Amino acid sequence: MSSTLFSRRNFLKVSAALAGSYALGSMPKLANAGSHGLTVGFIYVGPKDDFGYNQAHAEGAAAVKLMKGVNVVEEENVAETVDVQKTMESIINFDGAALLFPTSFGYFDPHILEIAPKYPNVRFQHAAGLWLADKHPMNVGSYFGYIGLGQYLNGIVAGHMSNSKKLGFVAAKPIPQVLQNINSYLLGARQVDPAITCQVIFTGEWSLAVKEAEATNALADANCDVITCHVDGPKVVMETAAGRGSYVCGYHANQSPLAPQKYLTGAEWNWSGVYTRMVQTVLDGGAIKNFDRGGLAEGYIKMSPLGPAVSDAARSQFKDTEAEMLRGNFAAYKGPLRDNAGNTILSAGESLVETDISLESMNYLVEGVIGSTS
Amino acid sequence: MTETDLGLWAIPIAILGGAIRVSTPFMFVSLGEVLTERSGRFNLGLEGTLIFGAMTGYAAAYETGSPLIGIMAAAFTGGLFGLFHGIVCSLPRVNDIAIGIALMLLGMGLAFFFGKPYIQPVAPDLPSIEFGWWSVIPQVKAALRVNVLFIIGIFAAIGLWWMFFATRIGLLIRVVGDSTNAARAMGLRPALIRAVATAIGGAFAGIGGAYLSLFYPGSWNEGISSGQGLMAVALVIFARWNPIACVWAAILFGGAGALGPALQSVGLSDGYYLFYAAPYVLTLCVLIFTSSPTRAMTGAPGELSITK
Repeated sequence: MSSTLFSRRNFLKVSAALAGSYALGSMPKLANAGSHGLTVGFIYVGPKDDFGYNQAHAEGAAAVKLMKGVNVVEEENVAETVDVQKTMESIINFDGAALLFPTSFGYFDPHILEIAPKYPNVRFQHAAGLWLADKHPMNVGSYFGYIGLGQYLNGIVAGHMSNSKKLGFVAAKPIPQVLQNINSYLLGARQVDPAITCQVIFTGEWSLAVKEAEATNALADANCDVITCHVDGPKVVMETAAGRGSYVCGYHANQSPLAPQKYLTGAEWNWSGVYTRMVQTVLDGGAIKNFDRGGLAEGYIKMSPLGPAVSDAARSQFKDTEAEMLRGNFAAYKGPLRDNAGNTILSAGESLVETDISLESMNYLVEGVIGSTS
Repeated sequence: MTETDLGLWAIPIAILGGAIRVSTPFMFVSLGEVLTERSGRFNLGLEGTLIFGAMTGYAAAYETGSPLIGIMAAAFTGGLFGLFHGIVCSLPRVNDIAIGIALMLLGMGLAFFFGKPYIQPVAPDLPSIEFGWWSVIPQVKAALRVNVLFIIGIFAAIGLWWMFFATRIGLLIRVVGDSTNAARAMGLRPALIRAVATAIGGAFAGIGGAYLSLFYPGSWNEGISSGQGLMAVALVIFARWNPIACVWAAILFGGAGALGPALQSVGLSDGYYLFYAAPYVLTLCVLIFTSSPTRAMTGAPGELSITK
């Protein structure tokens, strides 16, 4: 009770409404919605300049901002709790947003699913959530990119550049997207040398600076000489790994300014293209697909420019594989493939192409990855 | 990088390295809190001071290019926070626990607000001393790369211990902490002594924050602390208000925190969530085994009470 009464947003809302009604009499609350074009709201779980997940989305929002007839509202550091429900309602009611991008994984269930039915005229676009036609409201959509392909390309470069034949991966939590990145990174490296292994360390949280630094040091101690990660803000991992003399591959956004000499390449989101396309669809009066996915070819992800240390052999294999991916239907997972506990995942001749939905419920680490999922 | 596979030796080396790297913020915050609590006052706001110190340290180091100025700025702002706490709490009927919590939230909020433009830039790091020069093993070299602040912290602990138990100033602080009435009877000014002790304690916490942002992990962002400041306050009780014991407690916590990643790096990866809880399990065990049903906490300053 008290938490709803005293929430920052509610306070703002109530006090502004009071002030407004006092000054202007009974002016309708949503008078500004529509008259200045489309208002689009972006909600981030962390700071939008974190060199990571949130920055990637904020770069997309910045591209939307440049479009004509569009207002952008952004809110950072919104927790995956009832906070995000209040933020969404406030952006809808107070700022008049008709299109929302709540970008963090944990916003979907139950928060978006709770708010969306109350506002049928507002479109909720969520990154990563699995929207199901028979279960979820039609004004909710989910979109995501096959960024595992980017980690596969990272792995190819890493495989060429590693002397110790041991790669390192700092991971947050063992959820399917993270496991797929770890596996893809190793499978890419094994295209170069099938003897390469990858050591993974889970930190247990999306953002824990000291633990990420400790994990990176532990990987360097274990002779991992090309390190990448899947945490919210890769800044600490990149700086620590480069400080220990390891090469690094980026994730989420371009981190090359943090370690210009040691940065090989990176798997980046390309939300600018995706978001401007979605907003344009709404401006044109069209409907955004409820379930939207894409990889390199569709412009959902992109690779950081190759760093100065990358060898010619690595460069050419990277370019060849990238060209193959751009033709579409790339399969990183090919049989025979076993997990690191010895169970068969794919038998000879089977393969999983990038669009295969079973990749999104991955719960194993492939053979060659040192680590476990629990 | 030379390749050396250490096998299971990697674990103790990683724990040693982790203890040295991670313990410094714990050490500084708990030393500051020992000083404050010895004068008879709680400062729960040190988490906020730590984070604000991390931000000002990083910002000042980035603007001036000198990590040393960063540390001084962090100590100065930490001292201001402590002084504010000390002065407000010396007013009648002000509860130091409540003020501490308020200042913790204020410190964090201010740090996030002013720290926004400094998330992206890269500030210069603090120098460290290579104590591993004798070794050819890169892991040992890395573990023994000791930051000057760690060494300063140890000397500060010895200095504080000596001050408390061998000098007149130390005696005065302990008298004020043990009994306000006795101190008044002696002609001392308890409010003044407490305010100064709290201010210096805040400066210590600010330096601990500068270590976080300027050396390890070595960057400023809003999730930099993950509760070190609060844990350090608990460490003081764990260390029975003894500065030397604070150093050991800090090192123990640092080393225990390194256990999880170290075990995963040698392939012992099952149940890592459990290893991450090691420092807390350790605290519980030590507190239970050192507890006594017959006597009260030894070393606790008499004026220290949450029901004032």
